Amino acid sequence: MTEHFVQPAQMPEHIVPPEHIVPKKVYFAIFFALIALTAVTVTISFFDLGRLNAVVALTIAVFKATLVILYFMHLRYSSRLTQVVVAAGVGWLFIMIALTLSDYLTRSWL
Amino acid sequence: MAENHAATPYGLAHHFDSLDQQREAGTLGMWVFLITEIMFFGGLFLTYILYRSKFPHEFVAGSHALDIRLGAFNTAVLIGSSLTMALAVYYSQVGSRRLLVTYLTLTMLLGLVFLGVKGIEYTEKFEHHHFPGADFQWEDPAQAPALEGNPGAGKVDGRHVEMFYWIYFAMTGLHALHMIIGAGLIAVLIVLAVRGRFTAEYHMPVEITGLYWHFVDIVWIFLFPLLYLIGRHE
Repeated sequence: MTEHFVQPAQMPEHIVPPEHIVPKKVYFAIFFALIALTAVTVTISFFDLGRLNAVVALTIAVFKATLVILYFMHLRYSSRLTQVVVAAGVGWLFIMIALTLSDYLTRSWL
Repeated sequence: MAENHAATPYGLAHHFDSLDQQREAGTLGMWVFLITEIMFFGGLFLTYILYRSKFPHEFVAGSHALDIRLGAFNTAVLIGSSLTMALAVYYSQVGSRRLLVTYLTLTMLLGLVFLGVKGIEYTEKFEHHHFPGADFQWEDPAQAPALEGNPGAGKVDGRHVEMFYWIYFAMTGLHALHMIIGAGLIAVLIVLAVRGRFTAEYHMPVEITGLYWHFVDIVWIFLFPLLYLIGRHE
């Protein structure tokens, strides 16, 4: 009985949000957007845009990944803590890439 | 004691106050794991960037030997599997066991289709001696008769193309391994769902497996343009 001596406090909603059920039509909309973006990126790859090819392809990929994270992975409806953790993870990935490239890409300057 | 047990919601572990709190902890834990995965794949993406900037012609030549149609098909298959996984989570939330099992099965099948196509691509690479190692051969493009569609011709070092294929096999291989693990996890979920272990209130395993599956999809969303698309031109 002792473990139930203290009534657990109700967590405030912004810390533990209740489960959010994303409507099916949102999932279908995201699916069609992802398929359309795939078609666009494949089509663009057949045109020679020089350096822009890589920029366009990666911009579309980042956009697609963001849609998956926000809607399929529910991050838009998750708690602030989860959102901060994910943002920090992505942020550190960019730090790793940026600092490494700032070394490698500037070596020829010396 | 008996009343206390009866009051505990189904699926709630004793160290959590509520199912909401338990779900929150599980979701956060899964995201922390996925961030270690981001850093892990991130190191490989960084390797790709560095070697691409070092051997641009060879990366274009290597990329040209990949089949863009199979890559695009697999991208669509994976996006489709992400949709069916999201719908599986939806039906677990509304408590429909039959549709949960249906969509989990569809997700697993689409995952297996992806792996099958990957197997076709790998087989083709082995047959052409494009798998890095002692058997690796890269025919000199300067001697190839048709040069159009092969802008890297004449300035390509086969050993550096081999580097492209090291990265190709390391990244797609690790991605495929994640797919195999994901398909295994979904197989377990299907068994549990058939046995009625999930309810509208308790279905956290479906949700966090879904997070994993979508993450693997995201890795491919980046691999596809990097390996197949941006090497189309120089």
